[in-house]
Amino acid sequence: MNEIVSQPQVKKRAPSQPPAAGRRGAREVLERLMHGLFFACGALAVAFVLFISVYLILSGLPAIREIGLWDFLSGREWAPTHQTEPRFGILPFILTSVYGTAGAVAIGVPVGFFTAMFLSKLAPKGVAEVIRTAVDLLAGIPSVVYGLIGMTVLVPAVRTAFGLASGATLLAAVVVLSVMILPSIISVAETALNAVPKEYEEASLALGATRTETWFRVSAPAASSGVATAVVLGIGRAMGEAMAIMMVAGNVANMPGLFRSVRFLTTAIASEMSYAAVGSLQRNALYSIALVLFLFIMLINVILNGFLKKKKEGGRT
Amino acid sequence: MTERTDRGLSPRRKLYDRTLRVLLWGAAGLTCALLAGLVGVILVRGLPHVTWEMLTSEESVLKGVIGILPNIISTLALVAGTLVIVLPLGVCAAIYLTEYARNRRLVELIEFATETLTGIPSILFGLVGMLFFTQLLGWKSSLRAGVMTLVIMILPTIVRTTQESLKTVPQSYREAALGLGSGKWHMVRTAVLPSAVDGIVTGCILAVGRIVGESAALLYTAGSASVLIGSVGQLLPAAGGNPLVALFLWLKKLYTTGGGSLTVALYMYSMERGKLEVGFAIAAILMLITLLINLLAKTVGKKLRRE
Repeated sequence: MNEIVSQPQVKKRAPSQPPAAGRRGAREVLERLMHGLFFACGALAVAFVLFISVYLILSGLPAIREIGLWDFLSGREWAPTHQTEPRFGILPFILTSVYGTAGAVAIGVPVGFFTAMFLSKLAPKGVAEVIRTAVDLLAGIPSVVYGLIGMTVLVPAVRTAFGLASGATLLAAVVVLSVMILPSIISVAETALNAVPKEYEEASLALGATRTETWFRVSAPAASSGVATAVVLGIGRAMGEAMAIMMVAGNVANMPGLFRSVRFLTTAIASEMSYAAVGSLQRNALYSIALVLFLFIMLINVILNGFLKKKKEGGRT
Repeated sequence: MTERTDRGLSPRRKLYDRTLRVLLWGAAGLTCALLAGLVGVILVRGLPHVTWEMLTSEESVLKGVIGILPNIISTLALVAGTLVIVLPLGVCAAIYLTEYARNRRLVELIEFATETLTGIPSILFGLVGMLFFTQLLGWKSSLRAGVMTLVIMILPTIVRTTQESLKTVPQSYREAALGLGSGKWHMVRTAVLPSAVDGIVTGCILAVGRIVGESAALLYTAGSASVLIGSVGQLLPAAGGNPLVALFLWLKKLYTTGGGSLTVALYMYSMERGKLEVGFAIAAILMLITLLINLLAKTVGKKLRRE
């Protein structure tokens, strides 16, 4: 069997075999060249991250220096275009982003985790395949499309359900975000649950535990680091989403409240960028907001990496 | 089967079992219902507004025509331009990581960098792209600024998927090639890359999906204009009748002019201008593209697994 497979390969490769003698020098040069090229491309990813970090820090610092770090972070009022007394406090944005993300995680994680558990343990093969396709599709829908649906279906629904003047609220944004983070939570959590050794579950069943008890008291704890990864991933997604929530959150710089129009860190950047004059303090302050958002995301990334590393080490021992 | 496991259980455990089973089915049902609802609403409200005229013309207030052809062209140009640049870069980076790199520290650093790039929100890419490409380099809002921003954003996707598929190439292929006296690059080119093509193709499909769906990174780099730039034929006189030169001039014009992608157009029509029916029509088109991309990725993925 092996011979049959390998023989045609030998034949195929023979003509393109580089001649060994004579051109060894040229071949060496080519090898070196390609090695250098591949290395350069690999280094590019590092260069990009450095580039983005340095750029965000350099452009974000001037406004923070001018406004004062504490005033900037803890100021409750954002009125950059005020004639006499412009205010640059981004506490409303920070809190909105934190609350919005927390809300999205509070809804998205349970639904996502249960769906993942269903896919991994309970679902008949055909059903699981259908749901997996659905989840992949949910992940692929552009965020503006989520925004459009939120704007035309969810926002009016929130308005009538709670008798508000406008349905464009933090609540609507939370719901949209929780749907948007669902796919990544499901797929990561399912992978983690699938990776639980069969022996754990069999041992538990043999001891007389029911299937559900086994899934939730044996499999779930065994997959906890994977599920935690899914949660952190969801947090990162929710924190960084801009366009969809721009369309449903009302976009007013209020302190967060479930039934208030609010502005997130991301939407604060996106919404004023089009008209803030280049070089003005308002525009520089937008760069500073970006820097704050970037630091949040980096923090989440570090946590995520910690989880991934722990999982790797756990797998090795 | 439930009867068998239920027998002899205390009422408390029976309740636990029942509740959790209901919750499991409920969560899965909810996920499916969400998707069905989303797709249903978009297609029902969007498809009736998708007309041939809309797909093949540009918007004209005078004629009262709404057309998204410029946005379709911009989207295609963004996809093509980004892939042409990011594909070689990403594949080479993945080759370095799996085939060449000896230093574990370095590999970890590069992988950390790609992980980090994946986590950065697209609005931040858009901001840096705007600061660097449109302002510092003076490119203005143009498709090339959009393309370069997307390149930075998409690179990790290509690196990761290529890496995954390179890892599945059996070690024996490499040993065979090296054993026959081939050099490292020759081995990569003839033995490793051909067996990893499927994975690279999957990466491309995923990347296309991300580019088509991207909006925040494009709004302030590629802009939101929807104006046709004219055909290649119109540039023939300027090119001295040489069609290749004319094509080159056309491409140059295409990438130096700003243009809103379909997603940006959706945002503009439904948020800034309140034309929801156009927004829904574009959403329906985007939805169909997403379906197509998912289908493609699945077929290619299945083929990969079979081999």
